[in-house]
Amino acid sequence: MKYASQRVAYWYFVCAMVLFGVQILAGGLAGTVYVLPNTLAELMPFNIIRMIHTNALIVWLLMGFFGCAYYLIPEEAEREIESPFLAYLQLVLLMVGALAAVIGYTQGIHGGREFLEQPLWIKIAIVVVALIFLYNVSMTVLKGRRTAVTSVLLLGLWGIAVFWLFAFYAPDNLSLDKVYWWYIVHLWVEGVWELVMAAVLAFLLIKLTGVDREVIEKWLYSIVGLALFSGLLGTGHHYYWIGAPGYWQWVGSIFSALEVAPFFAMVVFAFTMVFRGRKDHPNRAAVLWSLGCTVGAFFGAGVWGFLHTLSFVNYYTHGTQLTAAHGHLAFYGAYVMLNLALISYAMPYLRGKAPYHQTLNIVSFWLMSGAMTVMTFALTFAGAVQIHLQRVMGMSYMEVQDEIAPFYWVRLGSGVLVVIAALMFLWAVFGPVRERRRVARQDRAAALQAAE
Amino acid sequence: MSGPSEPHRPPVERFTKSAARNIFYGGSIFFFVVFVALTAHSHWYIVTTSTDEASMTASVIRGKHVWEKHSCINCHSILGEGAYFAPEVGNVWVRYGGRDDAGGAREGLIAWMEAQPTGIEGRRQMPQFHLTEQELNDLVDFLEWTSRIDTQGWPPNDAG
Ligand code: HEM
Ligand code: HEM
Ligand SMILES: [Fe+2]
Repeated sequence: MKYASQRVAYWYFVCAMVLFGVQILAGGLAGTVYVLPNTLAELMPFNIIRMIHTNALIVWLLMGFFGCAYYLIPEEAEREIESPFLAYLQLVLLMVGALAAVIGYTQGIHGGREFLEQPLWIKIAIVVVALIFLYNVSMTVLKGRRTAVTSVLLLGLWGIAVFWLFAFYAPDNLSLDKVYWWYIVHLWVEGVWELVMAAVLAFLLIKLTGVDREVIEKWLYSIVGLALFSGLLGTGHHYYWIGAPGYWQWVGSIFSALEVAPFFAMVVFAFTMVFRGRKDHPNRAAVLWSLGCTVGAFFGAGVWGFLHTLSFVNYYTHGTQLTAAHGHLAFYGAYVMLNLALISYAMPYLRGKAPYHQTLNIVSFWLMSGAMTVMTFALTFAGAVQIHLQRVMGMSYMEVQDEIAPFYWVRLGSGVLVVIAALMFLWAVFGPVRERRRVARQDRAAALQAAE
Repeated sequence: MSGPSEPHRPPVERFTKSAARNIFYGGSIFFFVVFVALTAHSHWYIVTTSTDEASMTASVIRGKHVWEKHSCINCHSILGEGAYFAPEVGNVWVRYGGRDDAGGAREGLIAWMEAQPTGIEGRRQMPQFHLTEQELNDLVDFLEWTSRIDTQGWPPNDAG
């Protein structure tokens, strides 16, 4: 840690990990209701559990992004954060809002547009949080050294805030409502979030491999270019069947198929840099998560996205368990893994220790990624059977669900493994580190801080 | 590339960082403008052609709010979007035979909602939302209106 104010990132990561826990516990509960449907049916119906699962996911990913920004911007801009106080204030507001929302959901206080269930006052609080954040990071960047990493990161973060404003526009006409709903959902994950992802990844690769910044930043601009050129018009893959004009079947199919390109480029980028650079970075777990996140995103978003993105395929797959399979691997592979990569990298510096608990962290990587892969395959097979029976043969929805029940048991089993892996990860980054080891490695840590 | 006669000149980078940056900003603005223009056209198409704005009555709009207030979307899907825990409702009106027998479909849907939860062991449970007579009818109006959106022929069959 070169700048004292980077310390705020530590608390962002702590809060993000708390909500990560809430998210996967709610996921586990939702998975249980799928196989044992009477579970809690009266106390907490499935819709409430699911809302907590998806909202906690999105909020903790954003909180993680904020933490990433507060960690890396001082090093890039070569100055302290404009106002650490505002950074803490922003965190408290966001965390209180998030917990209040979760408690409110259990009491039936919520809206009814998927992912945007937050009551109005929480939506407004999110805007306030975003304004504080954007002021704080933008001032830090403007007054300091400008790099491609911070330019792309800031553009992504501003984009997140701007598209969020569509949360306040809910037309009465259902088709219009859907058109603009995707301005948030799609333009986030397949647009501006990709900018954040590429920028954080570029920062990690600069630090972990020592490859020349010029080279990395040229890659960065190329990747985010590919992302927006394909992803903006790629929104069309959600406009096929909601009342929008037929031309979206062409526009959406062609451009969203191209969305695979930036994710593929990220894989090539990360592996090339690691191969070219020095191979002895002591934080092996951070290197693994960084590489893994590009592969996870490529499969989850790229391959599983492409699987159902062409309009004549989507006609049959739209809104089935295949969509859930893709949603899980894409969110996990791209954004969960990215956050865990930066947390793995930053925590030793934030705690002033040499990289620790490497083996445990690496085991949690393989267990979590393996379990998410099993979950994805279980849902993909469930989706394939569902598509055949329901969409092709015309069998009724509930009958089909009985046929695919075994896959839901597999999903639950893999979900439990994800929870275990997450606990291992938490121990690996937050768990106590024995002093003896620290002394033994102190020189190495000092050398590392100097070389960084 | 530099030949042996000019040994000290660095190799010429054809694709520089600033070229990549300019392509990124220029291209993104271009595609964003195209996207917004197409959305504007789609907006116009939806209100004039694919949905029936004229029959979007106060009760249809209230029905949409009932749908949202109880977050039905987090179990069901509507036009294929939402959760995958319960059946598609974009065409539930059609599935209940509403095109041929509107009165029967309305009664059937209301009776269904009032009968929840079934409490049957091992069957997914839909909650009881304690809707008023008016809310129930508004909801049915909303579902009926939704079933008439021109969705380019989706879903493939009545199963949704
Ligand atoms: C990291 C990036 C991505 C994430 C996090 C992501 C996530 C999701 C999620 C959660 C949904 C379900 C939305 C809903 O509730 O209705 C979805 C739908 C979809 N995604 Fe992605 N996605 C990503 C990238 C991609 C890419 C690159 C493609 C195409 C190549 C793609 C194609 C699709 C399609 C076609 C649907 C609609 C599925 C349906 O018709 O039911 N996605 N995505
Ligand atoms: C880090 C890991 C996870 C991520 C990123 C994640 C992400 C998501 C997302 C994006 C959705 C919405 C899907 C859509 O609308 O298409 C979802 C729904 C769901 N998730 Fe997860 N999830 C994770 C872990 C889990 C776990 C461990 C379980 C437990 C088995 C689980 C069970 C579910 C269930 C049952 C749903 C509802 C599916 C439906 O609508 O029918 N998830 N999750
Ligand atoms: Fe999308």
